[in-house]
Amino acid sequence: MATVGRALLILGLAVAVYGLAASLYGARTGRRAWVDSGRRSMYAIAGLMTFAFLILEVAFLRSDFSYNIVASASSTTTPTAYKAAAVWSTQQGSLLLWVFLLSLWSSLALFLTRRRVREIAPYATAILLGFCSFFTLLTILFANPFSTTANPPAEGAGLDPLLRHTTMMIHPPMVYTGYTMLTIPFAFALGALITGRLNSEWIQVTRRFALAAWLALGIGVLLGARWSYTELGWGGYWAWDPVENAALMPWLLVTAFLHSIMIQEKRGMLKVWNVSLILATGTMAIVGTFLVRSGILSSIHAFVSDPTLNISFVVLIAVMVISSVGLVTYRRVELRSESQLDSLLSREAVFLLQNLVLVALTAVIFWLTFFPLISEAVTGTEQSIGPPAFRPFVVPLALVIVLLSGIGPIIAWRRVTVANLRRSFAFPAAVAFLTLVVLLTLASGVDTHVFALMMFCFGAFTLAAVGQEFWRGVRARRAMTHEAAPIALISLVRRNRRRYGGYTVHAGLAVLLIGVAGSSSFQHSRYATMKPGQSANIGGYNIRYVKATASPSAQKITFGAVLDVTKGGHHVTTLHTTYGLYPSQDASLGVVGRFFNSGSVESRIGLHAGLFRDIWTVVNVGNVAPLQSYITKGDQLFAGAMAAVQKAPAAEQQSRLNSLYVLRDQLIGELTRRFITHPWPVQFLLIVSPLVTWLWLGGIIVAFGGLIALWPIPVLARRRVRSAAYAARLARELA
Amino acid sequence: MDPSRKRAIRLTVALTAALLLASALVYTSFSAGEDVVTASQLLKQARPGESYILGGTVVSRRWDGGTLLFRVRDPKLDESVPVRYTGSVPDPFAVGRGVLVTVQEQGSAFVGQPGSLTTKCPSKYQDANTKAA
Repeated sequence: MATVGRALLILGLAVAVYGLAASLYGARTGRRAWVDSGRRSMYAIAGLMTFAFLILEVAFLRSDFSYNIVASASSTTTPTAYKAAAVWSTQQGSLLLWVFLLSLWSSLALFLTRRRVREIAPYATAILLGFCSFFTLLTILFANPFSTTANPPAEGAGLDPLLRHTTMMIHPPMVYTGYTMLTIPFAFALGALITGRLNSEWIQVTRRFALAAWLALGIGVLLGARWSYTELGWGGYWAWDPVENAALMPWLLVTAFLHSIMIQEKRGMLKVWNVSLILATGTMAIVGTFLVRSGILSSIHAFVSDPTLNISFVVLIAVMVISSVGLVTYRRVELRSESQLDSLLSREAVFLLQNLVLVALTAVIFWLTFFPLISEAVTGTEQSIGPPAFRPFVVPLALVIVLLSGIGPIIAWRRVTVANLRRSFAFPAAVAFLTLVVLLTLASGVDTHVFALMMFCFGAFTLAAVGQEFWRGVRARRAMTHEAAPIALISLVRRNRRRYGGYTVHAGLAVLLIGVAGSSSFQHSRYATMKPGQSANIGGYNIRYVKATASPSAQKITFGAVLDVTKGGHHVTTLHTTYGLYPSQDASLGVVGRFFNSGSVESRIGLHAGLFRDIWTVVNVGNVAPLQSYITKGDQLFAGAMAAVQKAPAAEQQSRLNSLYVLRDQLIGELTRRFITHPWPVQFLLIVSPLVTWLWLGGIIVAFGGLIALWPIPVLARRRVRSAAYAARLARELA
Repeated sequence: MDPSRKRAIRLTVALTAALLLASALVYTSFSAGEDVVTASQLLKQARPGESYILGGTVVSRRWDGGTLLFRVRDPKLDESVPVRYTGSVPDPFAVGRGVLVTVQEQGSAFVGQPGSLTTKCPSKYQDANTKAA
């Protein structure tokens, strides 16, 4: 089947190149048959890539180690769900996933727009097929997922233990869905620039894909943060790592885009800005893939980069940037705004300011992410930069974003009046002020964290502003229809999904950033080395190491600790944290040693999550020195025994080996249980962190709001919206 | 006020703000950045008592009591330095993986500052050995 898989990739490339040429020829000559053929090429690629991806999935599920990537990233003992997810843990598999998702979403976009934007669509099709060709070519030439070996190993290396986490099964496909979907508005924007069809039509047909990309990328980022918090054993959820930033940057830009297109739709303004923003977002999605897959920023951190892949990506990004800048410059006259900003105190101005802040935030993150490369280019020496360098910029900008999230929904379009200010701002401002007074009065130590205090107040302002908008909407609806409040609320949201979905997102963002401010400013953290019976104090809690646990299994050796948490003498919770050691396939570590000294480890945290406070613990039993003399002795004994087996008659060798393996497993079991019978001091990381749950809740609210906004509106309402948009455009043109 | 004059003022204010932000960013990043040295650079320039951020690939590791002993190799040259480290060891730490650690020269080895050992996110990059032939 590997040959079939490779043939599918080559066929996919051929179809993509044909479709690209057919679309361009159809667009230039006006022959619809060629345009339709180009579009159908994308459907064909989606079919071919689905088949290719399924072949690879089946190879992983069947543990077919003749495939090199199956042998390197899976094993027979890897649980089935993780075998399926192991496909995208590899370079080759993840690039195939990219093409697969790109062809799938592109097909959907081209199908839905097949009777609209007829002039733009052929160019957009050609651009999307260009992306397909690029990534398919990468999988064929540099990262072939279907490469095989004539001598497959009996067992694979297994999936990296740190990736054996539920969120890691969903996080990569979500991020890739976001990246690939962002190429759709990029392609339509470029198509609009090529054809000169620069009204809002291209925005209307691709807005939903931009929103879906925003949602998928946002969920992906949140799941990645959750994985980091619960799996990586350091207690944080965000480290300003280049690959984290790679997903955050396009998300910030598409957030700005989703706001600024409203101004173009309503007022015909910001055309240059919108088209530039979505072109930058699409390019940033490719930069994100480049950062994640090439390892260009790995030289100071770790892994080997692939120069061939780097050059290919740099060429693609250069082509995207040059064509974007060139076309925007060429069309600058047609992209002039149809109207001007009436006042700096208007919703348009707030949206514009919010856009500038989001773009500034992206620029800061971009600069600091690439700083190691920039510093090397400028000074000749690579420099390391950590999270403290991000904070002076990110924190004030995040504060402004939260405040504007509250102001945006309640400020009037065009020009604000004093009456509007009083009517809309009095309640949210009062809530923010009350929050400030309550926090300064009741919460000790909060006054020393000015930025956190500001975030709590701005967050309260935003929540109050959004709540006020919902309340006013429900009140108005009840006055008209006499519906019960819950029914009125549901009807209100159903009929104005984009608006109230957006408000929900703003509320979620406020909750999320309150969580970030609280957990990063008021966290208590310490390391403690303890033996059973000993305890450590942190953040007003006493954590006692009650007993050690240990269990050997075929997959891994698990050491653990049971911890009793008390506060003021009262029992709060009991936590169990474990440290798993996965065996290595490296025979040089010894028959027994490869189980204890593989370095392939996985921590499981002991977590007590609450609405106001998380108690987070992890044990590190990486140091197995107290067992080392037994391990070394065991290795020597078994090495001798194995040598003796080799000299035995061939017919007896297997049975003798099986007996030896039984003895080995008994020894490993005994050694593992020594952690219970003769426990040695082990290191714990203990963290008491407030409001972390708010972060996850905020993220869920944001995603829920995004879903509301994304959900298709009923046909009648859609007709109404189109008529309203048409009437608005007509009125503008007549004016 | 004349609309074109108004626009010019707004543009000037926006550009000034952008310039200020950019200048602050450049200044802060260069002053906050710390040089990362490779094993071969460390062997040449290390002075006792001074701290360096060592970057490279782990080539061996073992425990000696509560101390982790490992060697960090220069990614480009075949030179490595020994590091003695006590403190939190990230789960992704393993032979073949890239690390950053703050070290000071003490005798024949380098002593890692507790809590300074970091490794790259394991979900993203691959070792060259795992790439397809």
